[in-house]
Amino acid sequence: MKKRVGIPRALLYYTYYPLWREFFTSLGAEVVVSSPTTKGILNQGVKKAVDEACLPVKLYYGHVMDLIGKVDYLFLPRMVSVEAKTYICPKFLGLPDMIRHNVDNLPTLIDVNINRHKNDNQLYGAVYQVGKMFSANPYNIYAAFNRAIKVQNRYETLLQQGILPFEALSVLERGDGGDKETATPQQGKDLTIALVGHPYNIYDNYISMNLIEKLKTMGAMVMTPEAVAPEVVEGEANKLPKKMFWNMGKKMVGSAFHFLNRPDVDGIIHLAAFGCGPDSFTGELVEREVRRKKTVPFLNLTIDEHTGEAGIVTRLEAFVDMIRWKAVSQ
Amino acid sequence: MKVTFPHMGNMYICVKALLEDMGVEVVVPPQTSKRTISLGTRNSPEFACLPMKVNIGNFIEAHELGADTIIMAGGVGPCRFGYYAQVQREILKDLGYDYKMVVLEPPEKHISELLGNIRYVTGNKSWFRVIKALRLAWYKARALDELEVWVHRLRPREYQKGEADRVYGQAIRDIDQAKSCREVLGAAAKAGQKFGEIQADWTKKCLKIGLVGEIFVVLEPFANLNVEKHLGELGVEVERSIYLSEWINEHLFMGLLRKVKSSKEARKSARPYINHTVGGHGQDTIGHTVLYKQEGFDGVVQLAPFTCMPEIVAQSVLPKVSRDYNIPTLSLVVDEHAGEAGVMTRLEAFVDLLTRKAEGKEGVNL
Repeated sequence: MKKRVGIPRALLYYTYYPLWREFFTSLGAEVVVSSPTTKGILNQGVKKAVDEACLPVKLYYGHVMDLIGKVDYLFLPRMVSVEAKTYICPKFLGLPDMIRHNVDNLPTLIDVNINRHKNDNQLYGAVYQVGKMFSANPYNIYAAFNRAIKVQNRYETLLQQGILPFEALSVLERGDGGDKETATPQQGKDLTIALVGHPYNIYDNYISMNLIEKLKTMGAMVMTPEAVAPEVVEGEANKLPKKMFWNMGKKMVGSAFHFLNRPDVDGIIHLAAFGCGPDSFTGELVEREVRRKKTVPFLNLTIDEHTGEAGIVTRLEAFVDMIRWKAVSQ
Repeated sequence: MKVTFPHMGNMYICVKALLEDMGVEVVVPPQTSKRTISLGTRNSPEFACLPMKVNIGNFIEAHELGADTIIMAGGVGPCRFGYYAQVQREILKDLGYDYKMVVLEPPEKHISELLGNIRYVTGNKSWFRVIKALRLAWYKARALDELEVWVHRLRPREYQKGEADRVYGQAIRDIDQAKSCREVLGAAAKAGQKFGEIQADWTKKCLKIGLVGEIFVVLEPFANLNVEKHLGELGVEVERSIYLSEWINEHLFMGLLRKVKSSKEARKSARPYINHTVGGHGQDTIGHTVLYKQEGFDGVVQLAPFTCMPEIVAQSVLPKVSRDYNIPTLSLVVDEHAGEAGVMTRLEAFVDLLTRKAEGKEGVNL
């Protein structure tokens, strides 16, 4: 029987799922993803996690619990750093510890350290360590990782064309040739709104309350940080007086500054999770920059497990109306 | 140039000594108060952590007293503290304050960045003068920490409540006034004698509680709502996991002074609960809890600012440590809304629990 590896549909799932899936399936394992977020999953997580934790971490607990009993292994790497001289966030550094000591009946944990903070040499060691659990042949592991990197690169290329993660995932699933048909994903909209936030907040339809779809229905084209080229992000983020040591925070600030300078962006929405450490700072830096420039309308939305959909809709509608009135009055 | 810096417990005495000894004009911000915190909260991001908000309050109040330069520490992550200075600079800029900010932190490219920043403050004073000033600040830090240990022991044992705190208050002022290492030692000796004269019941067996957590809220009594004092008055002997001098030795002197306690052992003891550094003092919190149990403490209180990332990791794991090692723990999360009465109630309940547990252990029936 195939070994089943569980991947929670939360946190870095939206960033690295194609890589992880390709790697494990290439090694003959079956990948099981937890169900899409529901109220039940979130509630389970909220009950297990400490009150002070941020929404995405609470949700992660819920997704882990959803996988219990369905898988033999749980893929829960300690993502320390994915880029030189940056970290992800302290909670990611402690995530395997938090899960292990709070959730009962866990399957075998795959909790290698991924740390590219100082150099890249450590990365393949971690990959090999995981691969060894599924294959005794070092070449197979190497080949699986190479295939996984290729798929991941293709995923990232799709994202940079403005295709949203769930669409990009289905393109990858369908096989090749998806680029053309999805190259012009959004047409016939009169507004462009940039949505800035952590991927796991903006692409989880449950906790973001379908924010992207809502904006589209209101006639807006949506742009996200994933569509901004890394070198652009880097260039814009370098305008900060000091390098930001959270790579996701850097991406958010860099892409927000980029959107701020684009004439085709009509409004910026910053989606923050309540209690998120980096968000509290990146949101502040972006908001202050936006206010000084006074050119683009800005909306800061904070979500937590108590957020009501009606409240979000009201604010979105007001924001979109305001942008349209502004356009008419000019 | 009038230099100011943020408050953190007694740290101001050391920083002031360091700067004034080099002939730098210093503006110490007014002691952190309700006003400080509300000024800070009003001008900071909503869910930034408490230390950041208090810092902003300190800077605003120091500006009112004429300060024009801020000395601030920095870092390289992953804890938010490493980015405080950058966000604070933006906030102060938008408030219209003309502050120059000097951030002392590990340099991005070359050590000259750090040395340049130090030079900006010290001017053209010789390095000898700088080292002499550092020595004075270090003596003060050591002396202050020793006083605190005295107070922690005396509070639960003194017959006349408040005497230890009175001596302590006077000693702090004396040490603050001291102009040389010799005067510091003199002030400390005088305080030691005064402490010795206090009538206290040294045979009394007190409950012992270890205080662990994030450095700012552990060291700043206003932020932790005087948790040490309240515990002392409830008859508990308190020991802190972090003392100023240990922190200075580890972070500023790179652990050069080997006799001083270091946090390495604590981080080692955090395994297998937290196997990797999580920034801030997250790992230390867990490690110290384990060590306190081994040293025979009755309980541990964790202090953390609301939304503090490393402490959330620690707080998530702490219940497991508490069960495995059979040591009661209490997590107190504080922010600008925390009220002293609420904290008092929880401390009283916790101490009651520990008292019963201790009595049960000795076979005494209630």
